[in-house]
Amino acid sequence: MSELLLKGGRVIDPASGLDRTADVRIVDGRIVEVAPGLAARGAGARVVDCANRVVAPGFVDLHVHFREPGQEYKEDIASGSRSAAAGGFSTVCCMPNTVPPNDNRAITELILRRSAEVGLARVRPVGAISKGLLGESLSEMAEMKAAGIVAVSDDGRPVMNAELMRRALEYARTFDLPVVQHAEDLELSAGGVMNEGPVATRAGLRGQPTSAESVMVARDLELVEWTGARYHVAHLSTARSAALVRDARRRGLPVTCEVTPHHLTLTDLACAGYDTHAKCAPPLRGPADLAALEEALADGTIDAVATDHAPHSPVEKELEFDNAAFGMIGLETAFPLLYRLVVRGVIDLPRAIALLTAGPAHCFGLDAGTLTLGAAADVVVLDLDRTFPVNAGTIQSRSRNTPFLGWELTGRAVLTLLDGRATHDEDGALA
Amino acid sequence: MTAFAHRHLLGIEGLTREEVVQLLDLAGTFHAISERAIKKVPTLRGRTVINLFLEPSTRTRTSFEIAAKRLSADAVNISGQVSSTVKGETLLDTARNLQAMKPDVIVLRHGSSGAAASVAAVVDAAVVNAGDGTHEHPTQALLDAVTIRAHKGRVEGLEVAIVGDIAHSRVARSNLHALTLLGANVRLCGPRTMLPVGIEQLVGERKGQVRVTHRLEEALEGADVVMMLRIQKERAGAVGLFPNTREYSRVYGLSAQKLALARPDAIVMHPGPVNRGVELDPGLADGARSVILDQVTWGVAVRMAVLYLLGTGGEPVAEAP
Amino acid sequence: MTPPRRGLEQPLVLLRELLDEAGVARALRRIAHELVERNRGAGGLALVGVRTGGLQLAVRLRRLVTEIEGHEPPLGAVDIALYRDDIFQGLPRPEVGPTELPFALDGLTLVLVDDVLYTGRTVRAALDALMDYGRPRAVQLAVLVDRGHRELPIQADYVGLVAQTTRAESVRVKLAELGEVDRVVVLERGA
Repeated sequence: MSELLLKGGRVIDPASGLDRTADVRIVDGRIVEVAPGLAARGAGARVVDCANRVVAPGFVDLHVHFREPGQEYKEDIASGSRSAAAGGFSTVCCMPNTVPPNDNRAITELILRRSAEVGLARVRPVGAISKGLLGESLSEMAEMKAAGIVAVSDDGRPVMNAELMRRALEYARTFDLPVVQHAEDLELSAGGVMNEGPVATRAGLRGQPTSAESVMVARDLELVEWTGARYHVAHLSTARSAALVRDARRRGLPVTCEVTPHHLTLTDLACAGYDTHAKCAPPLRGPADLAALEEALADGTIDAVATDHAPHSPVEKELEFDNAAFGMIGLETAFPLLYRLVVRGVIDLPRAIALLTAGPAHCFGLDAGTLTLGAAADVVVLDLDRTFPVNAGTIQSRSRNTPFLGWELTGRAVLTLLDGRATHDEDGALA
Repeated sequence: MTAFAHRHLLGIEGLTREEVVQLLDLAGTFHAISERAIKKVPTLRGRTVINLFLEPSTRTRTSFEIAAKRLSADAVNISGQVSSTVKGETLLDTARNLQAMKPDVIVLRHGSSGAAASVAAVVDAAVVNAGDGTHEHPTQALLDAVTIRAHKGRVEGLEVAIVGDIAHSRVARSNLHALTLLGANVRLCGPRTMLPVGIEQLVGERKGQVRVTHRLEEALEGADVVMMLRIQKERAGAVGLFPNTREYSRVYGLSAQKLALARPDAIVMHPGPVNRGVELDPGLADGARSVILDQVTWGVAVRMAVLYLLGTGGEPVAEAP
Repeated sequence: MTPPRRGLEQPLVLLRELLDEAGVARALRRIAHELVERNRGAGGLALVGVRTGGLQLAVRLRRLVTEIEGHEPPLGAVDIALYRDDIFQGLPRPEVGPTELPFALDGLTLVLVDDVLYTGRTVRAALDALMDYGRPRAVQLAVLVDRGHRELPIQADYVGLVAQTTRAESVRVKLAELGEVDRVVVLERGA
């Protein structure tokens, strides 16, 4: 029997509504007891002092790109998992746009096998909606579901064809898989490299209108109304999309959505100096959209904060803004960026934790993101006062493409546990 | 005279009014040199100017080449339509390689906005933006301003109409910065498909000097200067910005009849090359009101002024030696 | 043209006067007579002042020559900024002024006029500039003060005053046209 006792932390478990100073007892990788004043049972028990720390369920990220198989020079399951653990994540859902894409059970199994070998995070694959991500015909969702996918998406590309989207929603519903849409009307966004607005006008960069996203969300919601399928909007970024989702939920549709930490932190002004690290899809939006996202975060419209961790090497990023790839890494900066909103009073700490745990787990129906008794001991210990610099020396991901390079961030995972085992141990508490 | 305190010329945005005036004044001196039999001064002897033109442009490249040669610099031209992805070498790789050959000035024309700024960040040479995507084309705006000044005696207080595809025009952006800085009022005109969101916000606190209109007649009424932009024919049709050149020229093309709405002494400008019969009536381009060829002449003088300031560095002396 | 000046932050101190108002007038009168004498009149002659110090002196010389000969020779100005050889010596960039030569140089004898002859580099630059405007029959040089320390093989044809100076000193010609009393003084950076 191995016993681990996390002593004296502020334990926040949104799934069970818990928020109090307590001790957490972990035995053989399971949560067995959460209560104040616990004493170690066995002689070999390890005790970690968590006074002035927050103890929460290990974070769950619905949206990462780990680039394996095919583009391991950007990231692989090992380096991506290290990055996840460093950011306090114990479960991550990896998008299918690998090379080849995850549109069949062989790739799904490969990802799960590699993830188990690495053992630093639960990597839960998301399967493709369409074969080859080509938007033409349905992928083998049933087989992939049996192999372990948790959702389907053509992420990186939207499903443009409305008929295919209808069939995908119907077919995925058959197997109780949520359909995740990268909502972007490719005709409206064509050629756009940043948000359309005054900043793009000044920089002379081609803009993507916010309607490129909301037109797609609106269309999809009509199809959800028709099919009754579970629908999830990935990286929602505009005021209009948030309003559409809010309204759909009011009407009882099975709709969920996520927003990224960078869309909650930066505006399109970050692109003004042609920093290709600020180029992402959907693009960073204007201040009015950012304000609407904060509102949607606070009123519960947004279920989850997901990173859209998208590693790219300098080969894709050290280019003209027009030619650079979309995307940025995000696992290691997610919590501190979200914590800024707590400091500013936009949301409270339990809500922030919920957006990284129970919220995302609910979206994909994952058995994760809680400290309830008997649950796997996936836990994160946070030091809310810890400040750290974002730079090449601190980043665990294989890639460095983040506009937050050079920033000082506050709030950090100091200990991340997976099945009670440390996957990240900043202070050597369990060394 | 105040110092021109920039290592590069990446745009008009960021320059002060004094700096723009300094460049225009200096252009006057170099204009005189171009009038001599021996059109050359030894100022930049032994210096190397690389004209890196990665987007087709005969006129601007030639203008920069002549400007460099009239200052006795060695001008090297690299032209091509190589997109980085096709060639397998990125723009920054190219820039670093050129830098290794120790040029003093790199003049860059590139199809992507921000290209000049990215190159400037990785080279020691002074970088002159000769047009980056739809961002800026500072020497064009300077030559436009100095041509206006030569014909009108001033820029301040003038009414300048800029007509055409403002959204995709680096010339319009640079001119908007330069002309408002010099005190002119600018009317931007075109169909709504060609006027981008927040264009008047470009000039910040000077936005009171900018007016947007979709009616050509309104833009022309009482104008001192009419600047017609070149229409990109490939932006017509399909899902384009306008249906075809015929309709465009009927609504937004300049004819002698429409020009009559402007002041009697109004001048007609065009950054070239002109689509005769599209944005300009065939007769107007070489009519008495047209200063299009003067713009070309002033172009060399302005580029000499820019190469002189960036190629010599330092600050002007406070007193004569 | 002066070589790189050091210690610009220190104030200039007046050391001595080389010419007073009457002395300047006498020197210019003598130069005017000499150049008429040597060129057998003022026909075929043109005066060119080196901006900015030489230009006022050229104007005065032209007036004197006109008084003597009853014939006004053409006047021009040459700016040497673009012909300097020290643009890349880490000095501040010189201001560029206009060169105005409102006559054809070819076949004329030009009298280049400057205030102080020192290293000779200004004259070299002025000669190069003039040659780019045409082919004069001859170029002569008139200066109010020759202070020595030549760095190039250049000599003046007409000299108002030869002065012994050190390189640390600065020779200044002050003129009524610029709001001062005519005089030539030697200054030095304060110790």
